[in-house]
Amino acid sequence: MWRKLLASVPAFRAPKAPCRSFKSSSRRAEKDFNKELEAQFRAFREKAAAALPGSDWSPFELTPGLPPERADVVIVGGGVVGWSIAYWLKKKERVRDGLRVLVVEKDPTYSQASTVLSCGGIRQQFSLKENIQLSMTSADFLKNINNHLWVVNEDPVDLQFNHSGYLFLASEKSAHIMEENYHTQRHAGAKVALLSPSQLKERYPWINTEGVALASLGLENEGWFDPWSLLNALRRKAMSMGVYQCFGEVTGFRCSSNVAEIADDDFVDVKRIKYVNVQMPNSLEYQPVETAIVVNAAGANSGKIATMLGIGLGPKESISGIPFPVEPRKRFVYVVHCPDGPGLDTPFLIDYSGVYCRREGLGGNYITGMSPEETEEPDVSNLDVDHDFFQEKVWPRLANRIPAFEQLKVSSAWAGFYDYNTLDQNGIVGMHPLVSNMYFATGFSGHGLQQSPAVGLAVAELILDGGYKTVNLSAFDLKRIFLREPILESNIV
Amino acid sequence: MAASLLSHGMRRCSARTCAAAAVAVRRGLSSAAPPSVFTRLLLKLNNYFYDVEHIVGWNNWARTLLVRSKNTFFGFAQQNFGDNVAAAYYILTLRGSFRFAGQSEWFRPDSSGKFSYDFMSTPDTQIEEVDLSGTIINHDGLDNLVKQNKLQSLSLRGCPEVDDWFLARLHVFGESLVELDVSHCPCVTVGGLAALQNLRKLQRLDISGLSRLQSPGLVRILLEEMLPHCRVTGAEYEQGLIQPDTREPTEEDHEATSANTGVRHL
Repeated sequence: MWRKLLASVPAFRAPKAPCRSFKSSSRRAEKDFNKELEAQFRAFREKAAAALPGSDWSPFELTPGLPPERADVVIVGGGVVGWSIAYWLKKKERVRDGLRVLVVEKDPTYSQASTVLSCGGIRQQFSLKENIQLSMTSADFLKNINNHLWVVNEDPVDLQFNHSGYLFLASEKSAHIMEENYHTQRHAGAKVALLSPSQLKERYPWINTEGVALASLGLENEGWFDPWSLLNALRRKAMSMGVYQCFGEVTGFRCSSNVAEIADDDFVDVKRIKYVNVQMPNSLEYQPVETAIVVNAAGANSGKIATMLGIGLGPKESISGIPFPVEPRKRFVYVVHCPDGPGLDTPFLIDYSGVYCRREGLGGNYITGMSPEETEEPDVSNLDVDHDFFQEKVWPRLANRIPAFEQLKVSSAWAGFYDYNTLDQNGIVGMHPLVSNMYFATGFSGHGLQQSPAVGLAVAELILDGGYKTVNLSAFDLKRIFLREPILESNIV
Repeated sequence: MAASLLSHGMRRCSARTCAAAAVAVRRGLSSAAPPSVFTRLLLKLNNYFYDVEHIVGWNNWARTLLVRSKNTFFGFAQQNFGDNVAAAYYILTLRGSFRFAGQSEWFRPDSSGKFSYDFMSTPDTQIEEVDLSGTIINHDGLDNLVKQNKLQSLSLRGCPEVDDWFLARLHVFGESLVELDVSHCPCVTVGGLAALQNLRKLQRLDISGLSRLQSPGLVRILLEEMLPHCRVTGAEYEQGLIQPDTREPTEEDHEATSANTGVRHL
């Protein structure tokens, strides 16, 4: 611009042709200069307009997706249990926006989350009455799900629930356990029927009843559904009620400590969490969220969250040396195709050898799998599928029970984590004695999905009302870990 | 009425039109036409979004209230007059009709919903046939009927609230039910029909007009396999089949890879 300005003054210009061109080029140069000046002014006006209030430009670059700096309740884990707790907390708050709830989830794609990798079954055939009640309350929730989770302007929830029931087979050795469980289940209100081998053969002719002494069939409120639909329905409703969602990883806590004396000369540190450090994905940046209550619903990673608070890292004899007994365990699910397999009445069959199988869709596809032995647990560092496990362990037992499955083809397979409770494979709900404000809702060992609506309600009652009102889960409290008193289920898949 | 107007307004006013209207108003200082009354109303409502959402929620709750109140448990009637009279009373209040076992005349309400109380004279006879077509019975309402273990025929034609959970509860009639009609029920899907496996004595089943079944012909075949003594009507074997001449070329690749489709050809 300055060069043009200088060039318009004749004294500074390079020697050129005579007068005529001299005059016209100066006018052209002036015109160019004016045009440039206008352009500069326009650019300045636009920048000024953008910087004024009313536009979204700001001089500071803000990281998108940061959680709020303060929250009343932080729920670590965005699976079905975490979102269920968030929904029930918001449902039970008395005042609108009375409670600020933040759900922190590590993986926005849910690629390793146990919720979406689950088979999606729900059953009431347990031996513990708490498990039966949790499952029945959850089934009632799912029955009326559109009354609970209705959001304005959105489609109604379709869970694709198949009401085919669960069929448990028992051998001679365990038939008496099955009968006792049947009485417990009927007493708690579950609709279950016992079948003798002949009735079983007449009802399901495709089963090989050799070795079966007794079978137990769920008649109502049992079957399987789509876990992703439930998760999305809970999330959509909770977010419409004002729950904050953040995608980030909890990497640490900032706590204050108090010393408590539990016996003569025996002191422990009791922590109170003040800040939760939430680290942003693919970044070192983290936001300390100041919070009053933290809920650990992290599923397979709950043990890792517990070690961040020093649980299990103390001296072996003291209470702080007992680790939190939840760890990830890998389980495989195989999708098989068998055109001559059982039809629409296939229940979720669970054999006494541990193998399970259910129908998937109408095209002759089935989902099957088995829990491995304690000594042969697969490696949990990845989600790779072991197909030899199917060939050697699952298929022989499956073909033995259902002869039509001797000819089948494995279409696909996947693996998922159980949040396995190494103590007794039942849920852990309650507070830890060494951390004043952390609630645990984890360790369901494969039953988290079917118990999630009821567990969410129970934890919300625990936080807001101080005690259980609907289902009494005192038996699932953490003190059984320290007293070493496991409450075991008689049949586990 | 106001609530329906609001819900109508909510449905018409998507977030985009609201934002566009807001931007238009801000830039509208230079434009000539002022925003219309309806746009101004929507912008005002947009400031109270959560209140309007709550009010629209009341409308939804009110709709479910009617269904819930009609399907309550008739405990008083059951306690004082017995199960059969309570069940009969329940069916008549829902505007259904029924026939007692051993009798041939049907008890029906008239067009305005009034009915006579003659059914109270025989409190010990159980109900044999029930016609609940077009009523708003749902799975909770079955609490009033579970004790009727001689029920032989049940018609649920065109019931809007009958869904899969209702069908799953029908197992209580497993020893007696011979005829079931669930045609034209909009909420019934294959998952609920799978629960009919518990009705071992079923001989006639009508599944016509179920809009949520993608391949009715395949479902009919599977039901006939599941209940060997039952005659399934209402779906032809060809329904749900993809005809070769109407098929588009791209669908072939999808069908080759997907494992869960209708039957190709018999």
